[in-house]
Amino acid sequence: MKVLVWLGSWALSLLNTLGSFFIFFVDGIRHIFTTPKMAPKVIRQMYAIGVQSLFVIVLIGLFTGMVLGLQGYYVLVKFGSTGFLGAAVSLTLVRELGPVLTAIMLAGRAGSAMTAEIGVMRITDQIDALEVMDIPGMGYLVAPRFLAAVLVFPLLTSIFDVVGIFGGYLTGVQLLGIGEGIYFGRIAASLTATDIWEGFIKSLVFALLMTLICCRQGYFAHLRKDGRGPEAVANATTSAVVISCVAVLVADYVVTSSMLR
Amino acid sequence: MAKTREAVVGLFVLLGLLCIAYLTVKLGRMELGRGDGYTLEARFTSVSGLRVGAAVEIAGVSVGRVTEIRLDPKEAMAIVALQVSRDVKLTDDAIASVKTSGLIGDKYIDIQPGGNGSPLANGDTITDTESAVDIEALISKYVFGKV
Repeated sequence: MKVLVWLGSWALSLLNTLGSFFIFFVDGIRHIFTTPKMAPKVIRQMYAIGVQSLFVIVLIGLFTGMVLGLQGYYVLVKFGSTGFLGAAVSLTLVRELGPVLTAIMLAGRAGSAMTAEIGVMRITDQIDALEVMDIPGMGYLVAPRFLAAVLVFPLLTSIFDVVGIFGGYLTGVQLLGIGEGIYFGRIAASLTATDIWEGFIKSLVFALLMTLICCRQGYFAHLRKDGRGPEAVANATTSAVVISCVAVLVADYVVTSSMLR
Repeated sequence: MAKTREAVVGLFVLLGLLCIAYLTVKLGRMELGRGDGYTLEARFTSVSGLRVGAAVEIAGVSVGRVTEIRLDPKEAMAIVALQVSRDVKLTDDAIASVKTSGLIGDKYIDIQPGGNGSPLANGDTITDTESAVDIEALISKYVFGKV
């Protein structure tokens, strides 16, 4: 009997949490269309999420591409087909690593900042002050972040892909001596529009997931049971980053398996 | 201050859009609008391994791509739609064949242009075709001595 009660309450609280995430998501999206003067807020968020993450995205894109070039070369050289290096590097980057690594990096860099900023505003009653002045917190804080993330994620993912392909060129062509024409020709021959769309669809899904999780964790930081005040914000930030990364990887599997029919 | 931030964001968006354009148009060969060219159909007994988007080549030069593969359910034949660029003139005695690049490479369509037939227009069908070579069947024929 006790086990049943425990199981039932666990299932109900899980459903409750999922439902509140969904309500938060719909509310955030709805406020995109009802909030006045959206553009300056979105630009501020695009600056925070996009421009300030650009350097780190370029850096890890470059090194990911370089290491893919090295690893791919040493596998392919056993079969005497190093000409396929371009295909291996570009398909891995465009379909899988570009969207996923960009999303995980942004969850750590921009997502944590979202949770901390909104969380601090929550525990210092600034969100309540906004509501008193008839400024909806969802519209002022959450909706611009949704819109900015949806705009920024595909851009950063494509920058990651291009820089990664260049990184593969550095190791494959410059270091290991594959022909330059073979490398880029094989990329153009094997990369199709479907692959690129798959990457962009993934990055859009990740953008919505990450923003949803990070903003919600900050927005309801005051309701957490594992701490009060600054401690709640700290716990909210930690759990936001962890849940975002797990959700991104799970969603990655779901999107991939539904796209690869 | 606000103006410089807007400018930086604008620069960032421009950079991202350039990368998207490079990926889709240069590497992904996405066609903007309807590609210029005309569409021909060819009927094969088997197009095993051929995919939509595969190259169409004449003498090793890419002149188009496969836009559609469907089945003619009456005769169990594969109908392949080929988009060929406009400046390539083909006649009705052209031969289309499914070839493989290398031993295990991708399948593509090779066209031997005809000599003195009447020219093919949009929507016409290439009647002379050679289907995909089944390497496994060839090897088993050789192994079991029925060559």
